[in-house]
Amino acid sequence: MFEIVEKRELAHRVCLFRIRAPLIARKRRAGQFIILRINEHGERIPLTIADSDSEEGTITIIVQEVGKTTSVLCSLKAGDRLLDVVGPLGKPTHIENYGTAVCVGGGIGCAVTYPIAKALKETGTHVISIMGARTKNLLILEEEMRSVSDELFIATDDGSYGHHGFVTAVLEELIGEGRKIDVVIAVGPVPMMKAVSSVTRTNGIYTMASLNPIMVDGTGMCGACRVTVDGQTKFVCVDGPEFDAHQVDFDELIRRNRTYLKEERIAMEELTYHEGPRCYEKKGV
Amino acid sequence: MDPKERMKIPRQPMPEQDPKERVSNFYEVPHGYTPELAMEEAKRCIQCKKPLCVAGCPVNIDIPWFIRLVAEGKFVEAARKIKETNGLPAVCGRVCPQEDQCEKVCVIAKKVEPVAIGRLERFVADYEREHDEVTIPDIPPWTGKKVAIIGSGPAGLTVAGDLVKKGHRVTIFEALHKPGGVLVYGIPEFRLPKKIVEAEVDYLRRMGVEIECNAVIGKLETVDELLSNGYDAVFIGTGAGLPYFMNIPGENLVGVYSANEFLTRINLMRAYLFPEYDTPVLKGKRVVVVGGGNTAMDAARTAIRLCPEEVKIVYRRSREEMPARIEEIHHGEEEGIKFELLTNPLRFIGDEEGRLRAAECIRMELGEPDESGRRRPVPMKGSEFTIDCDVAIIAIGNGPNPLIPHTTPELKLTKWGNIVVDQETGRTSKKGVFAGGDIVRGGSTVILAMGDGRTAANSIHEYLTTGKW
Ligand SMILES: Cc1cc2nc3c(=O)[nH]c(=O)nc-3n(C[C@H](O)[C@H](O)[C@H](O)COP(=O)(O)OP(=O)(O)OC[C@H]3O[C@@H](n4cnc5c(N)ncnc54)[C@H](O)[C@@H]3O)c2cc1C
Ligand SMILES: Cc1cc2nc3c(=O)[nH]c(=O)nc-3n(C[C@H](O)[C@H](O)[C@H](O)COP(=O)(O)OP(=O)(O)OC[C@H]3O[C@@H](n4cnc5c(N)ncnc54)[C@H](O)[C@@H]3O)c2cc1C
Ligand code: SF4
Ligand code: SF4
Ligand code: FES
Repeated sequence: MFEIVEKRELAHRVCLFRIRAPLIARKRRAGQFIILRINEHGERIPLTIADSDSEEGTITIIVQEVGKTTSVLCSLKAGDRLLDVVGPLGKPTHIENYGTAVCVGGGIGCAVTYPIAKALKETGTHVISIMGARTKNLLILEEEMRSVSDELFIATDDGSYGHHGFVTAVLEELIGEGRKIDVVIAVGPVPMMKAVSSVTRTNGIYTMASLNPIMVDGTGMCGACRVTVDGQTKFVCVDGPEFDAHQVDFDELIRRNRTYLKEERIAMEELTYHEGPRCYEKKGV
Repeated sequence: MDPKERMKIPRQPMPEQDPKERVSNFYEVPHGYTPELAMEEAKRCIQCKKPLCVAGCPVNIDIPWFIRLVAEGKFVEAARKIKETNGLPAVCGRVCPQEDQCEKVCVIAKKVEPVAIGRLERFVADYEREHDEVTIPDIPPWTGKKVAIIGSGPAGLTVAGDLVKKGHRVTIFEALHKPGGVLVYGIPEFRLPKKIVEAEVDYLRRMGVEIECNAVIGKLETVDELLSNGYDAVFIGTGAGLPYFMNIPGENLVGVYSANEFLTRINLMRAYLFPEYDTPVLKGKRVVVVGGGNTAMDAARTAIRLCPEEVKIVYRRSREEMPARIEEIHHGEEEGIKFELLTNPLRFIGDEEGRLRAAECIRMELGEPDESGRRRPVPMKGSEFTIDCDVAIIAIGNGPNPLIPHTTPELKLTKWGNIVVDQETGRTSKKGVFAGGDIVRGGSTVILAMGDGRTAANSIHEYLTTGKW
């Protein structure tokens, strides 16, 4: 059993957890993830390791409530225990001094760009971060990102904070100014990664995207997580999660992530039906 | 009774669930022998002086001896006799391909049907467990040695049991959240109830075997780290867990599964109980299963229990070449599975949302024999046709999972990525590291994986006591 030692709400329906998992904390590197299962009836879901503390033996995950499992997870408190946590899974991000790197994080994707930006910063890379959110109070990790970035830009869809518009607009502006950019790392909703990828493709900038397909085992055994990269099938859990964004078939990924739309709805209905109106519905907006 | 009289007794059938009923449940299909049926069947064994059956069993169970005990009604003694050489009789009695092993060479099979060795093995193991007669052997004092076992499939479980009985400390590291390997995530409940696997695992725990689930070796710790962190030897039994796809267009459409994924969702994650259990699976209206082995049969028989309109097996050779057990094909047919033999998929066709709608297939005919000695299927030009389907399950085999080899560069591999071992000892090319089961053999059988485990346990013991490599 894996104890939750701290829980914090970062934004509306976004929670941070620190979980005791000493072995994983010792081993993990930026870009890797875990798979957890809350209880005996639970689903296995992948979540990025946003941070870790090897002395204290904890890992940090940041979770957005989107369906049943993430909602149940976000209803847990410090002191509660998770039945299973397995990791660190996936290949770590290739970290080197790239010169100048732009880390683009959309929504919950900032939880993934944060450890990468942090690791890049430590190599002396000039880190430019672009953080995007639908609206101001959905933005997470601003302070943390600021502390590991040389430059930080914020974009909100509704203009409530920072630039009014999408992260791609900020990126295009930077490119338009003639800034030398050696690599772009894009993490967020698949349509955002696709958009970033098409901007950088026309400008010939190498771009990595961290993909988030549906997974089961996370060890390469089932093939649920397969994506097409450069015309070949890859398993994201072992070959990724990061790939050359210009080679990824994002449309296929979007379609595959919609496999269980109907079942996901049933699961949420069950949850609200069995447990009545739940705390997440009442939580402050 | 003289042998002639014995051979006059007909082979006792095993009572089983009616096909009409069982297609909508996941309960075990055969009910197993009653004590009376078992004793009657046991009488059929003529107690050969040179029992060929023993040589036909990969772990050389003393078959005539245990069957004599059954005939005398000494069921618990019979179970103990088997356990001297086979740690998982309740499993093997159910899933061994007996018709190709012990029963194939049974002496009476030349004249009548062979003795139902597997059914008797299953009966005594169940009897012992259900009557709480399972006893924990005395464990010798600790030798001071520790062994790490990677993977909790039949190979790893066998090594663990053998070594703990010799006084070594044993820890099994398992990537998934439940131990058992294919026995829990692959072979369906209706063929091997999970409570039986749990009981076997529990037995090992009671003997002192430690099991660490959620431990992916190669990621959490490497083999080298295990060796430098206090383990004196390592056994790799990680199985063949890398699903092959056909590399044809449309294979990543929504609705196309590997058999591993489909079976894992249902067996390990219990998706057939969704939404009581959270993991979903697409049930499908029309299901196509590609392949002709045990895995294909398991996938098809699992799929039909989710109550679709139709489940079809598409296999490129003819029925004679199907590697699946005859009993399973027969069970599948009874349950309503259709067969498209001598047929191969060319591509999968989807709708605008990327969901599977049909499989385009081509008819095959058998040509000259290939390396495997089976006649090679060749496509018949112009015979293309489509099968409507919304779920397709690819069950064409598995390769070795590369996680451990990639993080343990000293391990010698075959060109397919299997670990190379010395057959007699299970030693790999790396000192202190042994391997067995599907990671060495490629897809094989439970009993052969267990046989490898036994071999490796003996040589691990020798290595630990003599220090010689
Ligand atoms: C390598 C990896 C790292 C991830 N890291 C994080 C993370 O750090 N924080 C985080 O909040 N989420 C992360 N995710 C996504 C997370 O796994 C899903 O949000 C989760 O599985 C949803 O489960 P659920 O039961 O709550 O929702 P479901 O009921 O399964 O899904 C509800 C809705 O969420 C969306 N969804 C479903 N699965 C995914 C998915 N795999 N990725 C994205 N959206 C999905 C779909 O729109 C779906 O309709 C990661 C995914 C991967 C593969
Ligand atoms: C669907 C199906 C049906 C079958 N039916 C039959 C049958 O009827 N009769 C029969 O005799 N055989 C059958 N087989 C074959 C048989 O199950 C296998 O030959 C046997 O299980 C192999 O045993 P093993 O111990 O080598 O590996 P497995 O049973 O594959 O177990 C390997 C274990 O290692 C774990 N693992 C892998 N990598 C790591 C890692 N890096 N770290 C930690 N753990 C790891 C895996 O999670 C798994 O639990 C069937 C196979 C399948 C897939
Ligand atoms: S273990 Fe398998 S081969 Fe050996 S006697 Fe039992 S059923 Fe036959
Ligand atoms: S070969 Fe058949 S008849 Fe002879 S001992 Fe074995 S089971 Fe009995
Ligand atoms: S999640 Fe099963 S292979 Fe990647």
